Amino acid sequence: MADVNRGNRPLSPHITIYRWPVTMLTSILVRITGNALAVSAFLVVWWLLAAATSETYFAYADAVITSFLGDVVMTLSVLGLWFHALGGVRHLIWDQAVALEKKTADMLSWASLIGSVVLTVITVALV
Amino acid sequence: MRFLTDRKRAIGNGSAREGTVRHWNMTVSSYGLLVLTPLFLCVVGPLLGASYAEVTGTLGKPVPAIIVALTLWIGMMHFKNGVRVLIEDYVHGFARELWIIATVILSYAIAATGVFAVLKMAL
Repeated sequence: MADVNRGNRPLSPHITIYRWPVTMLTSILVRITGNALAVSAFLVVWWLLAAATSETYFAYADAVITSFLGDVVMTLSVLGLWFHALGGVRHLIWDQAVALEKKTADMLSWASLIGSVVLTVITVALV
Repeated sequence: MRFLTDRKRAIGNGSAREGTVRHWNMTVSSYGLLVLTPLFLCVVGPLLGASYAEVTGTLGKPVPAIIVALTLWIGMMHFKNGVRVLIEDYVHGFARELWIIATVILSYAIAATGVFAVLKMAL
């Protein structure tokens, strides 16, 4: 039985070989943003705990989170949040076994990329 | 054409028969978070950069407090299940178990701390 299958298995080219389809890019980005959002959650929870602790500690946490770097991190968090949300909606649509054709799937992926930027601009402008 | 390698056949790993419930849990939390996320941003967004009195005042009201606490809790449970898939894809052996244990603990810790902080301001 040993080695009966050697060399006869289907192999697929890996990410370094072919041009990235947009669905692949967005799939990877959904995973990265989803997991990176744990950092955002950690920061927001720290800020909330500070507010629940004392005014002095809140002033410290608030200064960190509203500093220039804090603003950059929070804005990127909002972008990540919207992208992950839209990427998730795409998956919820696909779960219904619709919009899986190549062109439609590509279009949905582009929509999630562009949509997340638009929603981030709206969010930052309004809140 | 056979897709299983000799090694895979020897190890005998197949379906764990619990994949459906994992997928379902992610689906339910996704729908929940789709509703909660915009509400969360509407509550927390304006509070970033606001004064101490405004922050504690807003989170002292029932509706904003429930929105923030619920989003953090469901969000961290969604993270707990999601990061597990990530770990299972890339980490193997005992390290995989340690990573899953660590992220489960982290998820509950962040969720519980967030809910505690909101409750303290709300009650």
